[in-house]
Amino acid sequence: MHEKTLAEQSRLLASGEISSSELTNHYLERIERLDGDLNSLITVTGAAAKKAATAADEKRKAGDDSPLLGIPIVQKDIFCTKDVLTTCGSRMLENFVAPYDATVVSKLDTAGMVNLGKANMDEFAMGSSNENSYFGPVANPWNRKCVPGGSSGGSAALVAARLAPAATGTDTGGSIRQPAAFCGLTGIKPTYGRVSRYGMIAFASSLDQGGPLAHTAEDCAMLLQAMAGEDERDSTSSHEPVPDFSSSLQQPLTGLKIGVPEEYFSAGLDDAVASCVQSSLAEMEKLGATLKSVSLPNQSLCIPAYYVVAPAEASSNLSRFDGVRFGHRCENAQDIEDLYKRSRDEGFGSEVKRRIMIGTYALSAGYYDAYYLKAQKVRRLISDDFANAFADVDLVAGPTTPTPAFETGAKSDDPVSMYLNDLYTVSANLSGLPALSMPCGMVDGLPVGLQLLGNYFDEVRVLNAAYQFQQATDWHTLAPNGIE
Amino acid sequence: MIAEKNVDLTEKDVKGIAHLARIGLEEAALAPLAKDLSNVLTLVEQLEAANTDGVEPLAHPGHSSLRLRDDTVSEENQRETLQSPAPDTRDGYFLVPRVIE
Repeated sequence: MHEKTLAEQSRLLASGEISSSELTNHYLERIERLDGDLNSLITVTGAAAKKAATAADEKRKAGDDSPLLGIPIVQKDIFCTKDVLTTCGSRMLENFVAPYDATVVSKLDTAGMVNLGKANMDEFAMGSSNENSYFGPVANPWNRKCVPGGSSGGSAALVAARLAPAATGTDTGGSIRQPAAFCGLTGIKPTYGRVSRYGMIAFASSLDQGGPLAHTAEDCAMLLQAMAGEDERDSTSSHEPVPDFSSSLQQPLTGLKIGVPEEYFSAGLDDAVASCVQSSLAEMEKLGATLKSVSLPNQSLCIPAYYVVAPAEASSNLSRFDGVRFGHRCENAQDIEDLYKRSRDEGFGSEVKRRIMIGTYALSAGYYDAYYLKAQKVRRLISDDFANAFADVDLVAGPTTPTPAFETGAKSDDPVSMYLNDLYTVSANLSGLPALSMPCGMVDGLPVGLQLLGNYFDEVRVLNAAYQFQQATDWHTLAPNGIE
Repeated sequence: MIAEKNVDLTEKDVKGIAHLARIGLEEAALAPLAKDLSNVLTLVEQLEAANTDGVEPLAHPGHSSLRLRDDTVSEENQRETLQSPAPDTRDGYFLVPRVIE
């Protein structure tokens, strides 16, 4: 059953060939047997999942034919789940039981999905390797010595290991797309505002966006359908109408114009990755698309701008963790300042402290103009580069990451070298554009990701191109050894 | 990438930033943090090279302005539920060490 995609499982459930209870028990058994070495889940909600599966089967008998009804999923542990531990990968929230559901969680619940548990992640979504989790690192199912990517590393590893057909993720600078690339999955970060951020623990509010990780573009279209939409509880969620993301999947790519930024194929890009990406672009051409060279002149400023904007917003957002209202509180505080300082020192891991401090510095008197305001101006330039590119093309394509997955420990002592992993992904967050990663080749037994960026609210076209590519190729069907 | 300028924070600088961020660092953490934060800020210094004359800062993606909701009661009182994860409460208040002697 686990070798089927989510869309195939949906059809099997509809025809009555399998039940949600069978499917759910099958995945719970796999989690029990296989997750020990991977460490991809922080919490497994087996009993509640079995109950939800039974309820889904009863609903189906009563005539409910919702496409996601009875299909299991795992929630990234950044999404609040009512009465279930919600840790965000941090000691700070080690014992935090959320008093309410995130909108994404309640929407997928309403769609009838069965939640199997909560996925491991980099602490507060800060990281590109999942080595920053208080609950331990996650292994990449393709090569256990390698990282699964981050920050949605648990989500990606568990879907790649077929412990669930899909998982939710969040993406502030590449945290859905980079782990999807490292683990051979399809994942989409929608347009900023497409998916509600209510109950999604905030890292950088102008960059954060939730989205799905699964095996195919078809699966992602179905999941995004259920996740998207305006939410009165998130004033930044968009009132833009939600289209049918699956309706145009079958459309041929004839006439589609794909922009290929020259800056993406320069220093820093691994040759073997470049060659996989070039071959897949040639495949797109064979499918009827036209390739056109475009320029993003400020590409080299994306990482510097991001590592001001994201930490600045993080330092503000994470000030709420003060040991007073929720989260970790130190023992025997001498006074209120001691309470704040020791609770935060004990509760946060080192990468989170680094980013809070970078942000605090960038926002402090005397440095605000030089760092924060300057970064916001550069953010405008980066966003304008894309606006110019999209005047000529329908999509922009390139590598998702400069290299395939690296070994655990290889970059953990050097924050700057870790940050450079995000070279191709942060621009979609800075500009707010939708972007997808999908498997497009293999290098030394590790998957390589192709990134497709679309114009604002044009996820339909991104998913259509990815679907057509997946009809013609089989990279997305490969499974790690020992997983089949 | 070539940096425009090297940033070199001292342990004292780090201590000052940590105080602003209300993080109580141990002495042993200061030196490695001074190195890491300096490296990140050196990376960030590349922004200096960009010509941003007359460019409007972009704080938030998207074009639409934030919506206003109707000024009506929309949430019920859930004080007990929402206080349930708090480390220490009494009579609906959050308790902290004495602030006024």
